[in-house]
Amino acid sequence: MADVLLDIRNLRIEATTYPPGEQPMTITIVDNVSLTLEKGKVLGLIGESGAGKSTIGLSPMGYGRGGVRITGGEVILNGRDILKQGKNAIRKLRGHEVCYVAQSAAAAFNPAQRLMDQVVESSLKHGLTNRAEAERRAVALFRKLSLPDPENIGERYPHQVSGGQLQRVMTAMALCPEPVLIIFDEPTTALDVTTQIDVLAAIKQAIHATGVAALYITHDLAVVAQVADDIMVLRNGKMVETGTAHQIIKEPKQAYTQALVSVRHIEHEEKQPTPKPILSVKNVTAAYGNGILKVLKNVSVDIHPGQTLAVVGESGSGKSTLARVITGLLQPQQGEITFEGRKLSNRLGGRTKEDLRQLQMIYQMADVAMNPRHTVGTIIGRPLTFYFGLKGAERDRRVKELLEEIEMGKGFIDRYPAELSGGQKQRVCIARALAAKPKLIICDEVTSALDPLVANGILKLLLNLQQIEQVAYLFITHDLATVRSIADSIAVMYRGEVVRYGAKSQVLTPPFDDYTDLLLSSVPELELGWLEKATAGRKMASAGN
Amino acid sequence: MPRRIPIGALIGLVVTTLFFLVAIFAQWIAPYALGDIAGGVWEPISAKFLFGTDNLGRDLLSRMIYGAQTTILIAVLATLLSFSMGAILGFTAAVVGGWFDMLMSRFVDLLMAIPTLIFSLVVLSVLPSTLVTLILVMGTLDATRVFRLSRAVASDLNVMDFVEAAKLRGEGKWWVIFAEILPNALSPLVSELGLRFIYAVLVLSALSFLGLGVQPPAADWGGMVKENKDGIVFGIPAALIPAAAIAALAISVNLVADWILNRTTDLKGGRGNG
Amino acid sequence: MVPKLIAQRIALGILLLVAVSVLIFAGTNLLPGDVAQAILGKTATPLALENLRREMGLNDPAYVRYFHWLFGILQGDLGTALTTKLDIAASIRERLWNTLFLAFWAAIVAVPLAVILGLVAVHHHNRPVDKLISGLALASTSVPEFFIGYLLVYFFAVKFQIFPGISTVYDGMPFLDRMKAIALPCTALTLGILAHMMRMTRAAILNVMQSAYIETAELKGLTAFEVIRKHALPNALAPIINVVILNLAYLVVGVVVVEVIFVYPGMGQYLVDHVAMRDVPVVQAVGLIFAAVYIFLNVVADVASILANPRLRHPR
Repeated sequence: MADVLLDIRNLRIEATTYPPGEQPMTITIVDNVSLTLEKGKVLGLIGESGAGKSTIGLSPMGYGRGGVRITGGEVILNGRDILKQGKNAIRKLRGHEVCYVAQSAAAAFNPAQRLMDQVVESSLKHGLTNRAEAERRAVALFRKLSLPDPENIGERYPHQVSGGQLQRVMTAMALCPEPVLIIFDEPTTALDVTTQIDVLAAIKQAIHATGVAALYITHDLAVVAQVADDIMVLRNGKMVETGTAHQIIKEPKQAYTQALVSVRHIEHEEKQPTPKPILSVKNVTAAYGNGILKVLKNVSVDIHPGQTLAVVGESGSGKSTLARVITGLLQPQQGEITFEGRKLSNRLGGRTKEDLRQLQMIYQMADVAMNPRHTVGTIIGRPLTFYFGLKGAERDRRVKELLEEIEMGKGFIDRYPAELSGGQKQRVCIARALAAKPKLIICDEVTSALDPLVANGILKLLLNLQQIEQVAYLFITHDLATVRSIADSIAVMYRGEVVRYGAKSQVLTPPFDDYTDLLLSSVPELELGWLEKATAGRKMASAGN
Repeated sequence: MPRRIPIGALIGLVVTTLFFLVAIFAQWIAPYALGDIAGGVWEPISAKFLFGTDNLGRDLLSRMIYGAQTTILIAVLATLLSFSMGAILGFTAAVVGGWFDMLMSRFVDLLMAIPTLIFSLVVLSVLPSTLVTLILVMGTLDATRVFRLSRAVASDLNVMDFVEAAKLRGEGKWWVIFAEILPNALSPLVSELGLRFIYAVLVLSALSFLGLGVQPPAADWGGMVKENKDGIVFGIPAALIPAAAIAALAISVNLVADWILNRTTDLKGGRGNG
Repeated sequence: MVPKLIAQRIALGILLLVAVSVLIFAGTNLLPGDVAQAILGKTATPLALENLRREMGLNDPAYVRYFHWLFGILQGDLGTALTTKLDIAASIRERLWNTLFLAFWAAIVAVPLAVILGLVAVHHHNRPVDKLISGLALASTSVPEFFIGYLLVYFFAVKFQIFPGISTVYDGMPFLDRMKAIALPCTALTLGILAHMMRMTRAAILNVMQSAYIETAELKGLTAFEVIRKHALPNALAPIINVVILNLAYLVVGVVVVEVIFVYPGMGQYLVDHVAMRDVPVVQAVGLIFAAVYIFLNVVADVASILANPRLRHPR
C-alpha cells in the first residue's frame, strides 16, 4: 500500500440545521464511509441528491459547508490524518496539495478580478513559485485544456468568458499549484451537452498529462464512466458498492446500482402518424423585447392525437419559447397555430375556456408550479371546479380517483406541496393537468430536475397515462435518452430553427445533419472508452463555444 | 405545526397589546380628565401623580393615557389608509402591468424623491393641522412605500409557474390576485404593516413635536414632549416620559414584525427530491 | 457604456428635481387652502385679502407663477419671506452652512463607526455579539430623535453639565467652541443614522460572504483576513458605499428635528418656524433645497454603484 494517497476510514459527518422557531436539529449526512485512492488515480463518487457525495469530497480539504462538521473517522492524506491537523496546517494544504473545482464556475470566480490573478493566486500564496513562472504555467495549462487564445484569456474578467471556457479555466486554476489531489464537484453538470463533452475531454486529458489523483463527483454514471478508474456508489450518506468502473457498469452487484445502470432503458414502440394532426404549428416566428431578439424562426411542427412529439435542443434553442407561443403566453410575430383544424387565437385572452381546457401544461420545477398555500386537494380540484363545475363530495371523489391514477394514495388529498417529495410533486402536477381532460399536454423539461430513478418513474407514468387517456404530449427536453424512451416523432431545434424533424426512427438514423450529429454524439453513453470514440469523428465543433 | 414564540416577540406582543388596551379604554382608566389642572406646575412623581404633573399642572399619567389614544388612533388610521391604498395599487400594478404600472411607479418614484417629513411640512404649511389632514397626508405619503413593497412581492410571485398555470387555466384577475398571490404575500405584508405603523407613530410624533401635528388642547405623545421640553433644562424629566412611551411602543411592534417576517420561510420550496 | 449610464442617471436626477419642484409648488398652491386667508386669519376683510392676493401674485394663473418662481430660483433668487420681508437667499446662506457643518461632523463620526460595527457583526455572524449589535440596532431605529436628544440634554447638559444643552453658534466663533456647541446634536444625529447604516452594511457584507467565490478563496488556503481583503471587500465596497450615501440622505430628515431640539440655527429650524407662520415662499424654497440634497445624494449613490460594477466597467 505504498502508493495510497488518500485513505478515508469510517467517516461520519453531521450537520446542525436551525428551522425557524424550532429547536436546532442535528442530522447525519455521511455515515461510516471508507475509501482509498492511489496516486494518479481517479475515483468517481456517484449518487443521487442527498447522497452526501459533495460533503465527502470536501473532507480531504478539512472543509464543511454551512453547519456541516466531521464527527468521526479518519481522513489520511499522504500518511497524515488531516482531521488531527491544526487550522494553519489545513490552510497550507488547501490550494497546494488539494484543489477544488466547483460545479458553477460562473459563481466560483471573483467577478472583480482578472482570471489570471485568480489562477495564480494559490501558487503565490503558498510561495511555490514566482509570478512570471506561475503565469507561464497557467498559459501552458490553458493550452492543454484547449482554451482559445491561451496567451491572453487570463487578462479577461469572468463575465467576459463563456460557461464552458470558465469551467476549463477553473480546472487550470486547480492544476496550477501542481496539487496531488483534485476534487471535481459536478464540473460539467451545469453545461449544455455539446459543451460538456469538450470540457470532459479536456479535464480527462489534463488529469492524465499531469498525473494528478482526483475525486470525481457526479450524479451521471455515464459521465463518471469516462473519467474514473474506480467508482463508489453512495445513497443517503452510506456506501452501496465500490469497484472498478468496469465492474460497476458491467457487473453491478447491488440492486440499487443495477437500477442506476439500467435506468435509461424504457422500450417504447413508435406509433405511425395519423392523417389529421391535433395541433399544427405553421411557420411561427417569435421574438422577445419588441421583436429585437428573435428566438423562433419559421418553425412548423405537427402533433398527432395520442402521440408524443419530442422537441430537443440545448439552452437558447427556443424550445421553451415554442411552448410559450403554443400556450398563448407569447404572441408570435408571424405564423399560426391550429388545434383540431381550427385556428387558435395568438393571445391567451382571445382563447375560449374550452381551448384552454384542451391544452394543459406541466412544468420543470414542480415545487414552484404549485401554490405552496394550497392543499393537493385544491390544486387538483380547482380545474375540476373551474372547467366542469364539480363541487364538494363529487369533486373530492374525482380528486381521489386522479390520485390513484398517478399511483399516489388518496390520503394525499390534505397534504401541502412542501410535505411531498420531488417525484410526488411532479405527479400531482400531472394529475392537475389530467383533471382538465385535455387532448394535449405540454411537458416542459418535466424530468430534468429529478434524480434518474425518480425521473424514470415519471416517464413510465406518462406513457401509461397516454395509453389510458389517449392524450398527446409535446415533450420539451434537452436529454436525448428521454427522447428515445418516449417520443413518436422528434423535432431537433438549434438557435431558433427546426433543423431536423420527422418520425423518431427516421430522425435518429443516419445520415445526419451536422448539428444533430453533434448532439447525438455528445450524449454520454454508459460505455467505457465512449468519450474517445465520440470526440474522434465529429463533423462540427462544439456548438456552445 | 405548533411553533414556539421567541421571548423577544412575546414581550413585544404583550407590550403592544397593553398599549392598545390603554388606548381603547382611556376614558375609563385615566384618573383625571384631559384638561384638569389638578396640581402645581411640574410636580414630581408622587402617589397622587404617578408620573408627576406637566407644564400646566395637569396629571401627566392621565395625559399619557389620552395621548396613547390620540397617537395610536391617528397612526392606525393612517396605516390602514396607506396600507389599503398601497397594497391594492401595488398588486394591481404588478398583475395588470402596462401603462398603469408605468404611471403608478413613476408617480411613486416622484413622491419618494422628497423625504416624507419635509413633504408633510410643505403640505402642512397651507393646510390646517386637523385630524383628517394629518391622516390623509401621512397615509398618502406612506402608501408609496407599501406600493413599492407589494408591487415587488407581487411581481416576484406573478412570474412563478403556479401563477402562470392559473392564467393558462383561464382564471380571472381576481382569482389570481386573491387565491394565488395574496396568500403567499401575506407574511411580508403583515410584517410591513407593523413597520408602517411604527413609521406613522414616529412621523406623527415628530410633527406634533415640531408643533405642526395634533394641536392643543388635545394630547398626543409628540405634543406632550413639546409642552414639557422646557423643563428639561431645569432637570425636570417630564418630557422624557412620553418620548420613552413612543420608543417602547415602536420597539415592541418592531419585535413582533421582525418575528413575523422571520417565521415564514417555507415559501421557497427546495429543488431536492426529499 | 459607463459614461452613458452615468449621464443618464444624472439627467434622470435633474428631471426628477424639476418634477419635484412642480410637486412642491403644486402642493403649496393648488391644495384647497387659501394662502391669503390662512395668513390673515378668518376675521380678515375682503379688501385686505384681495390686496394680499395681488401682492403675492395669487391672481395670476398657476403655471405663470410657477415659471416665475422657477426662473427666479435658477438665477439664485429664492424670493422674499412673507412674514419678515427679508430676502430668503440671504437669510439661508449662513443657516445652510451651519446645517452642512453639523451633518458633516455627524457623518464623519457615524460612517466609520457603522462600517466597523457592521464588520464586527459579520465576523460574529449568528453569535451573541452579532445578536446584541443587531438587537440594539433594531431598538434604535424605533426610537424617536427627540428621545435620544432630550436624554442627552438631561444627562450631559443638566446633570453632568459637560456640554451646552442649547447649541448657540455665531459668526467667527472659535472652532473648538463650535465643536463643543454641536457635540450633543452631532451625537443625536449620529445615533439616529448609525443603526440603519450598520444594519445595511452588515447585510451587504453578509451577502458577499455567502458567494461561491468566497468559498473558492477559502479553499485556496487564504487566511480569513486575505479572503476579506482580496475577495470580499472589493465586491462589498460598492454596496457599502451605496448604503453609506443613502443613509446620509436620512440625515436630511433627522437634521430638522435635531435642530429644533438643540435650538441650532440651521435650515431645519428655519423651515419649521416658517411652516408654523405659513410663510409659503420660504417653505417652497427650503423644501426644494432639502429635496435637491436628497436627490443629489441618491444620484451619487447610483453613480458610485455603476462605477464599482466590474461588469459595466469591463463590458464583453
